[in-house]
Amino acid sequence: MEILVCVRRVPDTSENEIALNSAGNDIERDELVYSINEPDNYAVEEALQIVAKVGGNVMVATVGGEEDEEVLRREMAMGANHGVLIIDEAFSGSDGRGIATILKAFVQKGHYDLILTGVQAEDGGAQIGGMLAALLDYPFASLVNSIEVLDSQKLKVSREIEGGNKELNEIDLPCVLSIQTGINEPRYVGMRGIRQVASVPIPTFSAAELGIAVSTIGEAAAKVKHVDYFVPSLGKGAEILHGSREENINKVLELVAAKGGLK
Amino acid sequence: MARIFAYIAHKSGIAADSAFELAAAVRKIDAAATPTAILTGWGADLDAACNTLGASYPEVWKIANEVLAYPNAELVRKALQKVLPSNSIVLIAHEHFGIDLAPGLSIKMNSAFVSDVLDIAGVEAAAMKVVRQEFGGQVSTHVRCDTSSGAVLTIRPGAFKSTEIAAGRGHVVDKSGEVGSLTAGRRYLEIVVAEAGDVDITKYNVLVSIGRGIQEKDNVAIALELAEAMGAAVSCSRPVVDAKWMEKSRQVGSSGKTVKPKVYLACGISGAFQHLAGIKGSPYLIAINKNPKAPIFQVADVGIVDDILEFLPELTNKVREMRNVATK
Repeated sequence: MEILVCVRRVPDTSENEIALNSAGNDIERDELVYSINEPDNYAVEEALQIVAKVGGNVMVATVGGEEDEEVLRREMAMGANHGVLIIDEAFSGSDGRGIATILKAFVQKGHYDLILTGVQAEDGGAQIGGMLAALLDYPFASLVNSIEVLDSQKLKVSREIEGGNKELNEIDLPCVLSIQTGINEPRYVGMRGIRQVASVPIPTFSAAELGIAVSTIGEAAAKVKHVDYFVPSLGKGAEILHGSREENINKVLELVAAKGGLK
Repeated sequence: MARIFAYIAHKSGIAADSAFELAAAVRKIDAAATPTAILTGWGADLDAACNTLGASYPEVWKIANEVLAYPNAELVRKALQKVLPSNSIVLIAHEHFGIDLAPGLSIKMNSAFVSDVLDIAGVEAAAMKVVRQEFGGQVSTHVRCDTSSGAVLTIRPGAFKSTEIAAGRGHVVDKSGEVGSLTAGRRYLEIVVAEAGDVDITKYNVLVSIGRGIQEKDNVAIALELAEAMGAAVSCSRPVVDAKWMEKSRQVGSSGKTVKPKVYLACGISGAFQHLAGIKGSPYLIAINKNPKAPIFQVADVGIVDDILEFLPELTNKVREMRNVATK
């Protein structure tokens, strides 16, 4: 099975406190720790496990800049056979539809049985997979938390729905699936593995090479644009305890007891 | 202003609660709008659901088709494409079905798409400014969306306060005849109900709930010890289950359990809305997190900025001390 996994490099929210920049038009990006978008990493692991069972190849692709090569190499160190960087100044400012349009052009350059994305990026809208599927007229399933290959024509997939329940579906290939975290246990990638792929050339594709009309992508074509960023104020906010740890512990116990907790 | 529609999910003949939140969102976009509900389905359940909207929607479009008995997003999308006027604004609840349906619908309608909308900040002739959150709720953003060729928006559950459900009934318009036959490359098979776990976290007054801040599997014991000392249970947020540190049955949130404790100790939990959606009954919420910007501090009653790996063991010792004194 030929599998394409669309990945992204994003600021890692478990490693960063996200703050606004001084202009308020973006987050402060200096000194942010970036990593592979977490659901995308699960998607690559799932692709590798499918290929291990039924044969085939895993291609990872990202739409981005040169700095995004590092996540492609990371996923290649995990075992992806190929990485591709889709890069062009004309892509800048694309909205979800623009990114999906770029990916569609790339998909049509190759031959893939299955296309995976992560369910959502930290700064994204859980949209690229569904849009790409609609542009390609492929079937789509979101929030996928298990995949079973039935035969060369179809898969059995489960979707995560409310309350921890699962919705089972049969889906025809080729299709697009957006992968939910927890579907598998992504393998560990060590420095050694990353070094081994450090010099593997990563091909690039531009808008012209993909035959993308520049009027359909980028900022000019975007129907959706960020205006500004601000710090949310939901509710009144917690009363922050500023005491010593011991004082805070005593206060917590007092509060828990007062609210009927400790009996 | 373009016509505004709300796609209404329903089950067993009753419209989802989100129907009334979507009605509020429609009115926030355009106070003068005549919100139109669209329901797809089949049989008596669909007819019953159409009549559970009160006067919230003056007009209710019904699409009955046997293949829509279970909501398959691809089939629903194809049905909606047939009946929706071009340039429509379509609102859908941001839950698993909306995530399945909405992005592809926006492509087929050639309209703008914004997901997980929290608020409408302003509306002009051919543009709308909406509020979203990014980075797990650490920052919010205003997004401008060109509505000149319509828009599909998914609306975060709970973000809009339901309008009062006035007595009355919308005019039901049967659109089934415009749809024709529907086929899809994805076929629904069945629902597999979640397994019950070893501990029923819904039965406890106090929950010691752990998140990513617990850092590794061996550290879960720290929370278990505290819970045991307090007579509480340990629950968790999604990353803990994803990492296989605890069973799915311990997860609180929209894709896990809904809990109603008296006290909720959120330990190393950032406070994503999907997690908060599982906490009901307004428990006393105490948050301990080393990131002072963690969104959990916006909704907690009391917050402590500290490392749970140090704080929790000391808290456990103190609880044990108290208990020993009490039993002597």
